[in-house]
Amino acid sequence: MCLAIPGKIKSVEMQYDGKVRMAKVLFGGITKEASLEMLPDADIGDYVLVHVGVAISKVNEEEAQKTFKYLEEIGELGDLTDVDEYLPKTN
Amino acid sequence: MKYMSEYRDPELAKKYLEEIKNTVSRPWSIMEVCGGQTHSLVKNGIIEMLPDSVTMIHGPGCPVCVTPLNLIDKAVYLAAEKGVILCSFGDMLRVPGSQKSLLEAKAEGADVRILYSPLEAVKIAEDNPDREVVFFAVGFETTAPANALSVVHAHRRGVKNYSILASHVLVPPAIKAVIDDEESKIDGFLAAGHVCTIMGNTEYHPISAEYKVPIVVTGFEPLDVLQGILMVIRQLEQSKSEVENQYARIVREDGNPDAQKVINEVFEIRNQMWRGIGEIPESGYAVREKYADFDATKKYNVTIEEAPENPDCISGQIMKGIKKPFECSQFGKTCKPTNPLGAPMVSSEGACAAYYHFSGLVEA
Repeated sequence: MCLAIPGKIKSVEMQYDGKVRMAKVLFGGITKEASLEMLPDADIGDYVLVHVGVAISKVNEEEAQKTFKYLEEIGELGDLTDVDEYLPKTN
Repeated sequence: MKYMSEYRDPELAKKYLEEIKNTVSRPWSIMEVCGGQTHSLVKNGIIEMLPDSVTMIHGPGCPVCVTPLNLIDKAVYLAAEKGVILCSFGDMLRVPGSQKSLLEAKAEGADVRILYSPLEAVKIAEDNPDREVVFFAVGFETTAPANALSVVHAHRRGVKNYSILASHVLVPPAIKAVIDDEESKIDGFLAAGHVCTIMGNTEYHPISAEYKVPIVVTGFEPLDVLQGILMVIRQLEQSKSEVENQYARIVREDGNPDAQKVINEVFEIRNQMWRGIGEIPESGYAVREKYADFDATKKYNVTIEEAPENPDCISGQIMKGIKKPFECSQFGKTCKPTNPLGAPMVSSEGACAAYYHFSGLVEA
């Protein structure tokens, strides 16, 4: 229900008597329309999170990298060779 | 897709699991509030891969699941008896009412439409000036701006034949209600990332401080959920209780002020009934008097007798995290996604449906 997906703004145009900024947003190979009324600063090329036809947040590129660095940052990365028991069994 | 697929990297997931294992020194119970996170945990097999001492408890975070039975009956009545064009999100149409679901009403000839966005419903109203259009506006804070925006659009464009049947639920009061429940024993929370995208994190600081629980605002991809779990466990092991933001690529501390503005323009806070749980104070939104013409409950003034819930369904205990779906005697037997006894078996984010589809407990 709260599913929201990040996509890249391809184009922006004014609709509804020139009152509403609407974007065409590319999700993988699919393009959908989204209102930019909640994100007045968003523009072409930005990655935005879209929920039920409304863009609700701009992706922060710098913060996006932190999940990949978190384990190094907490500095407690131990020996990672013995993790087979935690993997899903394929058979 | 960028900002999604890289958060599904199995190698880094292994490292997170190893770090969780190395960090845990005693049993902890963590509730993921949002059904989207439940879906991710079960679908990706994360629950089985976590150490035995980490128990994930599935919260009430599926708006479709907690929408009151009586309101579904009202929506069915509006579609079937009043002849309105009744629109909503797909999941909502499949939830059983006391007599039938909206999809069953559709099969019997009612004009019921599945939409991607409430903004489309306003267009349908414009295109059908001789018909009434009602959008069944369910959701958490995440969806409230879009639903409110549809009312603002209709008002601005003079669309008189549009209204919303609002059933909005709010996360922070639900977290408090869950902690206050005597039967629940939850040590920490993953807060719902997309709810906080709108509202920010500020509402959670007083809860974390008052109840001394770590709350980590968390995303939905496997690495997000694993990092969120690790952050909660690190706090618990260090006897900390703070609000942290795992999902900072999307969530700002103060949320989205423009979205909050449109919510406050159209809605005001009210006490809200949660299906399976009961009334929670100040946990929902009502349409403000200013927009009463767009409030379907006022426009149609429908009174439908409260119907009893199916006595075999334990959805309340499921949504408070007291019982797991497989502890229900009806799970996978009389209750299946094709024939749900209660709402958690309907929505893909409902805990029962997630276990049914992905846990391997049922031969689907």
